[in-house]
Formats: sequence, C-alpha cells, structure tokens
Amino acid sequence: MVSVAIFAAIVLFAVRFRRRRGVPAEQIEGSTPLELTWSIIPLGIFMVIFVWGAVIYFKERTPPRGATEVYVVAKQWMWKLQHEEGQREINELHVPVGRDVKMILTSQDVIHSFYVPAFRIKQDVLPGRYTTAWFHPTKAGTYHLFCAEYCGTQHSGMIGQVVVLEPAQYQAWLSGGGATGSMASSGQNVFLQLGCSTCHRSDTQGRGPSLAGLFGKPVQLEDGRVVTADENYIRESILTPGAKIVSGFKPIMPVFQGLVSEEQLNALVAYVKS
Amino acid sequence: MKPEPRGSGRRAGDDYSVGRETAGTEGAIAMATAAITAERENYLNQEYGIKSWLLTVDHKRIALLYLLSITFFFFIGGFFALLIRLELLTPAGDLVQADTYNKLFTMHGQVMIFFFLIPSIPAVLGNFLVPLMIGARDLAFPRINLLSWYLYIIAGIMMLHCMLTGGVDTGWTFYTPFSTAFSNTKVIEAGLAIFVSGFSSILTGLNFVVTIHRMRAPGMTWNRLPLFIWAHYATSIIQLLGTPVIAVTLVLVVLERAFHLGIFDPTRGGDPILFQHLFWFYSHPAVYIMILPSMGVVTEIVPCFTRKRIFGYKFVAMSSIGIAVLGFLVWAHHMFVAGISLYAALIFSMLSYLVAVPSAIKVFNWTATMYKGSITFATPMLYAFGFIGLFLMGGLTGLFLAALGIDVHVTDTYFVVAHFHYIMVGGAVMGYLGGMHFWWPKISGRMYPEALGKLAALLVFVGFNLTFFPQFILGYLGMPRRYWQYPPEFQVLNVLSTAGSTVLAVGYVLPMLYFLWSMRYGKIAPANPWGAAGLEWTTTSPPPTFNFDHTPVVDWEAYDYENIPAPEEARVAG
Amino acid sequence: MPDSPIAVEHHNPELRHHFADMEQQREASSLGMWLFLATEVMFFGGMFCAYLIYRYWYFPDFAAASKSLDITLGTVNTAVLICSSLTVVLAVRAAQLGKRHEQVVYLALTLVLGLAFLGIKGIEWTSKFREHHIPGASFHFEGAVPGHPDHPIDQQHAQIFFSLYFAMTGMHALHMVIGVGIFSYLLYHAWKGRYTPEYHTPLENSGLYWHFVDIIWIYLFPLLYLIDRKK
Repeated sequence: MVSVAIFAAIVLFAVRFRRRRGVPAEQIEGSTPLELTWSIIPLGIFMVIFVWGAVIYFKERTPPRGATEVYVVAKQWMWKLQHEEGQREINELHVPVGRDVKMILTSQDVIHSFYVPAFRIKQDVLPGRYTTAWFHPTKAGTYHLFCAEYCGTQHSGMIGQVVVLEPAQYQAWLSGGGATGSMASSGQNVFLQLGCSTCHRSDTQGRGPSLAGLFGKPVQLEDGRVVTADENYIRESILTPGAKIVSGFKPIMPVFQGLVSEEQLNALVAYVKS
Repeated sequence: MKPEPRGSGRRAGDDYSVGRETAGTEGAIAMATAAITAERENYLNQEYGIKSWLLTVDHKRIALLYLLSITFFFFIGGFFALLIRLELLTPAGDLVQADTYNKLFTMHGQVMIFFFLIPSIPAVLGNFLVPLMIGARDLAFPRINLLSWYLYIIAGIMMLHCMLTGGVDTGWTFYTPFSTAFSNTKVIEAGLAIFVSGFSSILTGLNFVVTIHRMRAPGMTWNRLPLFIWAHYATSIIQLLGTPVIAVTLVLVVLERAFHLGIFDPTRGGDPILFQHLFWFYSHPAVYIMILPSMGVVTEIVPCFTRKRIFGYKFVAMSSIGIAVLGFLVWAHHMFVAGISLYAALIFSMLSYLVAVPSAIKVFNWTATMYKGSITFATPMLYAFGFIGLFLMGGLTGLFLAALGIDVHVTDTYFVVAHFHYIMVGGAVMGYLGGMHFWWPKISGRMYPEALGKLAALLVFVGFNLTFFPQFILGYLGMPRRYWQYPPEFQVLNVLSTAGSTVLAVGYVLPMLYFLWSMRYGKIAPANPWGAAGLEWTTTSPPPTFNFDHTPVVDWEAYDYENIPAPEEARVAG
Repeated sequence: MPDSPIAVEHHNPELRHHFADMEQQREASSLGMWLFLATEVMFFGGMFCAYLIYRYWYFPDFAAASKSLDITLGTVNTAVLICSSLTVVLAVRAAQLGKRHEQVVYLALTLVLGLAFLGIKGIEWTSKFREHHIPGASFHFEGAVPGHPDHPIDQQHAQIFFSLYFAMTGMHALHMVIGVGIFSYLLYHAWKGRYTPEYHTPLENSGLYWHFVDIIWIYLFPLLYLIDRKK
C-alpha cells in the first residue's frame, strides 16, 4: 500500500509538475516537522510489523510439550528420518493429521536446511549439533520437502515429501512393517553394547552420574556452571565428555567421537529421554 | 536568506573555469564554439600512449581505467547470469551439469559483487567527480589511487584464472564446512582473489575520506557539499571498517582449507556459525557500499531535472551516515534460521527495521523535491525514476524479510534473490547507468544519443521487472535458491524470468555501444549541458588535467537552482 | 600552481602538486595513516573475536596450551618491542631537531630491535614445531588441564588454540616484516638527509604504524601467553 501511495505521488508529480514555459520551480528548502513525521510514523509501523513477526517466530521456535519426535539426519544428498517408534524413512516423512511433530535435526556433513513450504517451516541443519523444528499438520496431503541451504552438487536433488495421513491410514502405514523396535529400545541396545551401563548405573554407585530422569533437568558442573540437560548436552557428553564435567565426578569418561554414528547417537538420546 | 553576490571569489578572465554567469545559453555556445574551433587541452588529449594511461595518477584517467575493467567483469558476470537463466528455462537440469551450474551461480555472485558492484560507482564516478565536486585538483593520494586499480586488476586476473582452471562452487557466501572441508573446487584461489580486491576497496575508501576532509576548496563547508559527496563519504567509512573483516575471514578460511585446521569445522572442534557471523559482519554493510553511492547519484540527478534544490538537505546527508552506522548492526538478519538464539534473532530483526528508516527518508525527500518542480525527462531522469520505484519495491520486500515470521518461509528462496536484485540491479545499476548518462558529457566531451538513451532506459526497466518480479512469486511459492533442477510447477514463472533477462541484456548492451559511438560521432558537449549545479559543471567538458586553473572559492549553497538558468536546448525536452 | 588564501611559501621540493601547501599535505598524510590503522584494528579484530569466543568455550584446554608457550621469550619480545617504539619516537624527535646522525642511529636501532623480535619469534615457533604443536597431521598435545591432573586435554580444542596462535602471531609477524621493510627505506633516506624539521611526515606516519604493530603485540601477549598462569 505504501509503495502504491509513493508511486502514485511520483507519477502525479511527474505529470503535474512537468516543465512549463514561464513556470519556474518553487525552491523549497525543507521542512523539519514533515521530515520527523515521515520518519516517526514509518518507524511506528515498522515496530508493529516487527512485533507481529517476532510473535510468530517465537511460537515457531518453541515446540509444544508432548509432540511426537522425529529424528532427522541430513547428509549429502538425502534426508534420513527415524520415528520414535522406530520406523526409518528416506526422503519421506509420514505423519498423522492433528498431532504435533517435533523434529530433532542434525547433519552428517555440511549445513543443510529442512524446508517444507506448505507448513511455513524452515530450519538449518548443522553438523555437530541438534537443531529443532516443529509443525502441526492440519490437512492430509503430500507436501514438498526441500533442502534450502546450498550443500553441493545435488543440493537441488535433495528433495522429498511430507505425507500427512488421516489417523486411520497412518496406523495402517505404521503397521506396514519396517520397524525394528522403538528408538528408545534400540538406544538401550547401543547403551549396553558400548558399555555405558558399566559406569552409568541406575543407582548412585556408578563412576558416572545416573541418567534416570536426567533429561530436561539442570545439571551442576564442576566449574560452577549450571546447564540444562537437553539433546545437545547429551550429544556433547558422548562425543566430547571432557567439555562439561558433572560436579563430583572425575573426568574419566572415554571419548566416543568417531565410534558412534549419527543414528546411534539419536537412538542414545532417545533412550536417555525415555 | 539571500546568498552572497555571485562571483565574489572568482577571478575574471578565467579561461578554464567558467563562472556561473556564463553557464547559460551564451556560455554554452561560446564553449561549444571554442571546443570545435580549437580543441582545448583536456585530460584525455593531454598525453597519448599506453604508458600515459597505465602510469597515470590523474583521478579522471584512473576512473576511465576502472570503467573499462568493471565493464569487462560486468559482462562476464552477466554471461554467467544468462547461462543460469537458460538452464532454468526447463525444470530438468539439461543445459549444464549440476556441478557446472553450482559454479555458475557462485561465480556470477562473486564477479558481480566484488568486481562490478562494489567498485562501480565509487571507482568510476566517485574517482572522477569527488575532486571536481569539492574544488580540488586531485584526490589526496593519487598514487594510492592508481595502486587501488592495480590491486583490482591483479585480483581480477586471479579470479579469471580461477574461473578458467575449474572455478569455485561454494556459493558467493562460502559457508563452512562445505567450503573448507567438502568442496573440490578452487576455493583458496577465489578467496585470495577476493582478499586482494578488498584492499583495492579499502584504499579507495581511505582516499575519499581524506580528500573530503582535507581538500575541500575554501568556502566549501560540509553543509555545502553535494549529497553525492556525503553518500561517498558514508560509503567510504563502510569500506574502511567493514572490508578488513571479510579479509581476515577469508584468510582463516584459506588457512583452514590448506592446513586442515578446525576453526570452522565441527568435526575438529570448530563452529560453522562463527564463520557466518564473521562473513555477514562485512557482507551486510557491503550491500550499503553498493547502494549508497547510487543514492548519491539520484540525489544529484533529481534536483537538476526538477530545477529545485533538494528537499531537506540535512536530513538526506544525515540519512547516509545513519545507514552506514546502522548497517553495521544488522548482519545476523541473514541468519534467522541458521540456529542462532531466539533472543539474538529478535534484536537483529528490530535493528533491521531501524535501518530502513533513513532509506525511507531519502525516498520521501526525492519525491518531495519533485513537488512544485519543473520536471523534464532526459535519460538520467528516467533512470532516477526507475531507481526510486525499484528501490522502493526492493526496500519494502526487505521489510518483509526483516519480519522474523515471514523470513522463515522465504529465506533461502527466490524471494530473497528477487529482493536483492531489485536493490542491486533495480537500484544500484540503474543509479550507475543514470550517473553515467548524466556525467557522460563531462567525462567524454560528447553527448550520447538521447533517443537511444531513453530506449535503453525503457528496455532496462521493462526487462528488469519481467526478470525479477516473477521471482518474488517463485520464492513465496517455495522454490529454493541455488537449484539446478526444480519441480515442474515452477516452470512458467521461470520462463517469464528468462524472457525478461534477454530484454534486460539488450538494454545493457545498447549503452555500451552508443557510448563508444559517441566518443567519435557524438555531439560536442558544452561545459554544462544540463544546467546543473556543482563545481564539476564549471569546468570544460572534458575537464583539463588539473581540474581548476584557480582554486574556486565557494560562497553559494549547494543545489542553487534558483540562480541557474535551465538549458534551453530542445534535446532535454520531456 | 593553484592560488590559496595562505601566503605562498617557498616551494618545498617535497610538496606534491595537488596539495595547496605543506600543511595540507601533512594533515592529509596523517589522517590517511590513522584511517589505515583503523582498518588494521578491524582486521586483527576479526581474529581476536574468534579467539575470545573459543577461549570462553574451551577455557581449560586453552589454559593448558597457553602454559606451554615460553613466557620468558614472550616477555623479552614484549620488552624488545616497547624499546623499539621508544627508538622510533627518538628518531622522529631527532628529525624535528634537524639531527641527521641521531635519526640514523635511532632508525637503525629500531631495525635491529625489530629483527630481534622476529628472530625470537622464529625460535619460539621452531620449538613449537619440535613439540608437535603445529596444527596439522602431526599435531599432538600432551598434557592435562592445569590443576586437574587426571583431566586430559581435548586435542581438538588445543589444536584450535594453536591454529589461532599461529594465525594471530603470524599475521603480526607479517606486519613486523613489512615494518622492517618500511624502516629500511626510511633509514636509507634519513641517511641521505631527506628528513628535515620542515618535512619528516614519512617518519611520523611510519612511526604510527610501528606503534600500532607494537600495541597489537601488547594485546596478543597477555591473551595468548598469560591465561591462568597462576595455577
């Protein structure tokens, strides 16, 4: 609307004030009140737009509690997704209508970006970290999934779809097989396999802190800081345990970087959260 | 308040400096006659030979050296753009391979930004006009000016070599870890080329700031400076303070890639977001380097072709400084979905809205200048109109992008591509072309053919809109950027865009051809064909090597159109 | 020659013709150098910024790595540079007083001190090379977090420290080398008697540059060498 108004003004002036013989231009120095008016009013309008956009953004970056979680690993040039219940998908995500879905994303290599235009969501997917995004599907259908951060040769081929199904159809899809147990249970397998349980026992006798009920709680570190045990904390503790030592424990946890894949990491995180 | 009587500081009988009184018809005829009958010595004919050009320290000759070089790179970047648009005619990737396409958009961006847009107006028009406009004989450091050009040429050769031996495919944004640990292309060479070009930019900025501070003619106070000078001053501050940051960032990227360090690589303890912060800390202010000079050009053209002083001089001057300062505070609005904290995003979004205010002030002031003016429609004015309209659209879409909620949907899509092309092409390039037409008589001593000038302006305007408006829609519908192949539903808009780009290309080629033609066959230009205000118009067209025979003493305000008669010539009739 | 409101002075051969007078030339050169130094602040600033961020994140590893730097050599180098700034000032003073011989002596001393700095840096880097602290394939940092003997150092974090250490001290050393080049040029011309009380702007401006490079070191030294030394 503003641009239309200005365009109109310009066209109007251009026509109305064309050079005419004997009609000189009127020299106008300026007008401070006018300048202030057309600075402050736009500023006010801008602040309104800012707040409006900020509120939307805040909601968009705050996943609701109780959302179903999907772990996403991006790599050149495909999307690997795993449901909590254990189903794995490549380049496709099946979800039921009406249920909040929260995605926990990481990349195996370079920066990608998970973009579903129809849902108005986009989130960069970073190597070495988890980022999150969430949506609430309201209509059944198939929607484009794009990678929106340039990632190399097949960046434009790293596309897929989000398939939103009616609840009944979703149940049918779920039981269509392919699940090898929930993520939490495969996480438990990895936990036992890699020997984590020798130090991280459910009682307080272990050489490592107990992990029961840990997720989401504050953790006191030996250097005095207090951090929240979120997905990134768990991931970091596995890959570079020396970065944050829990108060009262020795820094003896072995480093697992290079020894565990992204999928296994996701499973472990899911297990710790359960 | 009536200014002092004219000419109180001038010397009578000046051969070279034409007083304001004779800038009207009689003066014009006198000058033209003199020019035809006895070709006066000017900076072009003072000395011939390639050495006199390659070793010149005359700011005007250096400006022409830059003109040739940036035009060359403009066409290289434009060629890449044409290939991109041709590929995008069809959804499938069928013209070039994916890797080639990735190199094309990367190098289109790098060449256009670092080798065309950033130098363009400052290095050509700025170099030529800054000393003339302030009444100086040259810039403060003429030899450093020449060094600037040579650094640009060295950087250009490095870039060309990089392109010819494989190119680079990281996107002009060089995001890590792709650029440092995954790309198989000549990242180091491209990075070093841009590093060198950065020094060219820094030295130009340094030269301008010192010149404007220390070499103004007596009476040329800050408040009497043409706003073109204010715009270049602000631009130079950004060049000085911002460019070193991209320089050091590129150094770190080169070191990381060469020695497998881990500064930006998460598998080695580093952080890729740190790269993005360092990169955008420069690259956002860089866009103001590209647009401010263009705004300065428009601020010279509009008063001349409305025969009115600019509305709100002080506000326009301060808005340039405001844009430069605020421009340093908004870089992370390129990173809203990159994984920065929510609170950082809020702050940067709000600051981004603040920086829009000074730009809005300029647009309002230009419009207000037209009110009760006496408007004519010569080619420079057409470009100015085009600039204002297209910059407005680009700027408003910037406001959409600054809104966090909207940005999530449209960032990294063609919406952003359209937004920045509206500003950089619809804005900066239109301003550049408008300025080239406006000052061409002064630079070359010839008039360009007005009819062709108007035709080219029209082609550029139409072609531009046809090329880039569909891209707003494409982005909104979800087409991501940097896509070699795309889902078929996006094809129609892409075809429209490609069609527009061919028209745009013709619009760009035309001026090159007729400017060249005019150097031989164009009408001889008088000192002040447009009846414009400004010290540069008091010299001959072209000016003599040392600009002014006697240092002008300024005792009138800027844009003193009340006292300058409009040129009677029919050629500027609307 | 352009007229100017100021009385026409005798034409100093050092006056460049686009300037109205020597004073304008001097002020322009000086402003130019200050602006250039501002760009250098931004340049080093980028690296300092990266360094400060990683130091905050990886403090224990950075502390350990910092301890492995030779504090004696670092301190000596700091003293060397500060002395060299003194000799620069004295050289400028000598020029102001028209003393050619003194100028030459102080400029030569500055050069010697500058080269001494670079030599000591070379020694430090060589020892880093022998200790396998140079980032790359053969990087290995033995040690534990200061005060926590059973907490091993994270190799990646230590490598980042050394990457930044070499980048920053390397960039600084490069500026020193350029400074040495500039001062060699100045020494030659001072010896030829070019710098007089009326014209010694190159000395002053190069002195500014040298002081700046010194100040960068004065920030680098505590940041890099003196993290958590008390443990």
